[in-house]
Amino acid sequence: MRESFIDTTTDLLAEDPRTALVLADISAASFAPAAARHPDRVLNVGIREQLMLGVAGGLALTGLRPIVHSYAPFLVERAYEQIKLDLDHQAASAVLVSVGASFDRAAAGRTHLSPADVALLDTLSGWTVHVPGHPAEVPGLLRATVAAETSAYLRLSALSNDHPYAGAGDLVVVRDAGPGAALLVAVGPVLDAALAAATGLPVTVAYTHRPRPFDVAGLRALAGTEVILVEPYLAGTSARLLSAALADRPHRLLTLGVGREELRRYGAAEDHLRWHGLDPAGLRQAVARFLTPATAAV
Amino acid sequence: MTSLATIATRVAEAAAPLDGRHPVTPLLERVRAGREFGPNVYSTLDVLWVLYDRVLRITPATVDDPERDRFLLSKGHAVAGYYAVLAAKGFVPPDWLDDQGGPESRLGDHPDRTLVPGVEIGSGSLGHGLGLAVGTALGLRAQGLLDPRVYVLVGDAELDEGSNHEAIAYAGAAGLANLTAIVVDNSSATHGWSGGVATRFTVNGWTAATVDGRDPDALHTALTGQHGHRPHVVVAVVDNQA
Repeated sequence: MRESFIDTTTDLLAEDPRTALVLADISAASFAPAAARHPDRVLNVGIREQLMLGVAGGLALTGLRPIVHSYAPFLVERAYEQIKLDLDHQAASAVLVSVGASFDRAAAGRTHLSPADVALLDTLSGWTVHVPGHPAEVPGLLRATVAAETSAYLRLSALSNDHPYAGAGDLVVVRDAGPGAALLVAVGPVLDAALAAATGLPVTVAYTHRPRPFDVAGLRALAGTEVILVEPYLAGTSARLLSAALADRPHRLLTLGVGREELRRYGAAEDHLRWHGLDPAGLRQAVARFLTPATAAV
Repeated sequence: MTSLATIATRVAEAAAPLDGRHPVTPLLERVRAGREFGPNVYSTLDVLWVLYDRVLRITPATVDDPERDRFLLSKGHAVAGYYAVLAAKGFVPPDWLDDQGGPESRLGDHPDRTLVPGVEIGSGSLGHGLGLAVGTALGLRAQGLLDPRVYVLVGDAELDEGSNHEAIAYAGAAGLANLTAIVVDNSSATHGWSGGVATRFTVNGWTAATVDGRDPDALHTALTGQHGHRPHVVVAVVDNQA
């Protein structure tokens, strides 16, 4: 996904003189050719994430369309007040693109993990959030968000599904289990694991790469009485939206994702998926327990 | 065309603070409405007046002109004098001053750029203006807008915020010649600035002038004295009891 982002951004810089890129050293070497061609619009401020967002706000106030890029914890968590004040409060907008996700660099430890980034941005208003599930989804999403005038966050990951899904982010039914089946919504790169987990179970599986704004109409059209949400970031991040969308009908909701506890373990992303119950076996166990609560309680 | 009489009038007005007859005093009193203002308000008023009266190329008719100068008040709590100056220059109706902070007012205790004509940034949380100013200067440069200057006003205590030092270092390295920072130094930084405020900037390649913050001619000379390919800082020293 990172390579797809670099290629598309390099093209956008050449195509539209309004486009600017602000970096804080991360990925700077990959953008060296673009920086040579557009030295006034490819700006590497050094390891200064607060300034990176402040510069983006200033660029936007002059009419440019900044793309801002770094590791997720440095982009969203470290510079959160700048996102809130230097963009939103100024009525300025930008496209934020992160790498690293929840635990892509698990061996780097807690400092490079960012399971709470989407929840943190969710405290703000009007943001579009895309969590691509495949590198081929990235170019279209990046182009669409840069062409828009509002702020957006693209959360790129080293994890991906086998196949991309086109579209703007409305729910796409990937597996239809028929009337009365539970609905499982998978966000971004957890789709394949969710599909594997649902094998043989009465579960319809739908996919989205756009948790914000969430496709509420699609959810209401697909949901019965049992809804399962699987997100590759902090568990329950979108629970409030689903609960509100279904408030007028009886339903049960299970939200799965990354736990809050700091595990203090390294390993690989696949290990963390397993420890957080986001691998096929963990998801299947949770879904089966949810669908047969009485049995599970015995 | 500016006549000599006009210039003489402006000089006389700008000199008024020395005589205790500041041109915006009546407007500031309307904002004050009997409240006590701290030194942060009065220490900034002279700089603001020199900027808007003699330096900035902006009028109420050009607040959206890409070629305008930009003034960013980072020290957002010094807003009372800012509102008074904006009213004196016709950016906001003087009547707005009478209800500052009220439930229907556009004028809060910190400025909001979406609510007040002529205000370039919303500020209040310290340490944001300089970064935004760097981005604004870069954005103008990237679009070939080489005449407008970006002025940002910060306080000496505000410089404690680390975000300022990210901006100071980068602006120097980037050679942002269209950027002027003004530091109102009323000695309010808790641990002070060893060697003086200006050295914090010059070490990163800025040009600097340190002047009496109550001397309008000295301020004018310092604010218009930038040259070369480097960002410029004007340290306006004022009495912290003023």
